[in-house]
Amino acid sequence: MKVTIWGSRGSVATPGPDTVRYGGNTSCVEVRGEGGTLLVLDAGTGIRRLGASLPETIRRVDLLLTHLHMDHIQGLGFFAPLRRAGVEVHIWGPAGSNHSLRSRLGRYLSPPLFPVHIREMPCTLYFHELPDGLATHEIGEFEVSAAVVCHPDPTLGYRIASASGTLAYLPDHEPALGLSGFTLPGQWVSGYSLARDVDLLIHDAQYTGSQYEERVGWGHSTMRQAFEFAELAGVRRLSPFHHDPTHDDDTLDFLIDVEQAAREWPFAVIPGAEGSTVTLTQWSNGLVEH
Amino acid sequence: MPQKEIELILARHLASYLAVPVFVADPTGNLVYYNEQAGAVLGHPFEDSEDLPLYDRLSALEPKDEKGLPIPVERLPLAVAVAEQRPVHCRLRIRGLDGVHRYIEATAFPLIGFGGRHAGAMSVFWEIEEE
Repeated sequence: MKVTIWGSRGSVATPGPDTVRYGGNTSCVEVRGEGGTLLVLDAGTGIRRLGASLPETIRRVDLLLTHLHMDHIQGLGFFAPLRRAGVEVHIWGPAGSNHSLRSRLGRYLSPPLFPVHIREMPCTLYFHELPDGLATHEIGEFEVSAAVVCHPDPTLGYRIASASGTLAYLPDHEPALGLSGFTLPGQWVSGYSLARDVDLLIHDAQYTGSQYEERVGWGHSTMRQAFEFAELAGVRRLSPFHHDPTHDDDTLDFLIDVEQAAREWPFAVIPGAEGSTVTLTQWSNGLVEH
Repeated sequence: MPQKEIELILARHLASYLAVPVFVADPTGNLVYYNEQAGAVLGHPFEDSEDLPLYDRLSALEPKDEKGLPIPVERLPLAVAVAEQRPVHCRLRIRGLDGVHRYIEATAFPLIGFGGRHAGAMSVFWEIEEE
């Protein structure tokens, strides 16, 4: 399983000279299976470059949306496979209470916000709503589980397993809401079942402690909370992700360094930087490429 | 132990911040959480208890209606909210495990997640003056 980050920024795209190393594009992660299956996690602005990198021969893409906040769907209209006839694009996402997934996405992919209607895309679109508590589906060589997690509006987290390893993707997640530290058993912590014992956890680490004090309930975590959640879940590697737009490269280096130095954590830390790739092998060596 | 439904997790967190007694039950009818105020009524703090079938807990309260007639536990608000997935409000008399009789008004409502997923139920009650 090869995991590549194409966008790791939260809230709004933040290009510029201060965000060159961690990147300015919003959430998008490519997951490639050894059998060739392509999963795309979220459609933030990073998905445009991912789409441009895909060969013309690709015939199927499975796009797994965690939720429909703008920073997770803004790149969708610029994803090249949507404009290719003969390509199947399967869009998976959270069920809503009143409107279908297609209808809710159509609010963005229609005028006046976007010039092309979703129904006019040349590809063949399939929509899959995931309403259940912990639904599991087979996509190619992957077993994909989805569950609702703590974040405003219907939001899913994903657990992706194959013979080569397991990945949990929780880019927008506030498991510490209402808690003072992770003192409760895991069964009482949002996202625990998805993240438990995975080889790689990509997790929300948007805020500093002082930012969080002013934004409790907004659906995000601090860098410290991401580390503590990873410890509770027993993960092997943590990739802090969904970086705050106000955090430049040096700030992110500092925030990660502070937590790593705070004490010895029982997992490795792989900074969630745009362009980085982690390869999970059957022996879970977790090769990291930049 | 598998993770609880997100609605149950959030209901527990909310209950832990409220100054009125609150019970939280899972979809199978286990009483999975009650707050400190509810623990005072039950005479048994949550920290010292295990998840128990709802009926076992509630029957110990010897619930009676306003005429003093026993109420079957399966007709109590929280039990109805779990079993029938509808809200219930009623007045009743209970005897706490501290031996004190109390008149209470109780409201229970089901926790229904997106897609109609039944996540359990929550009950809040208020002690009232005897009329």
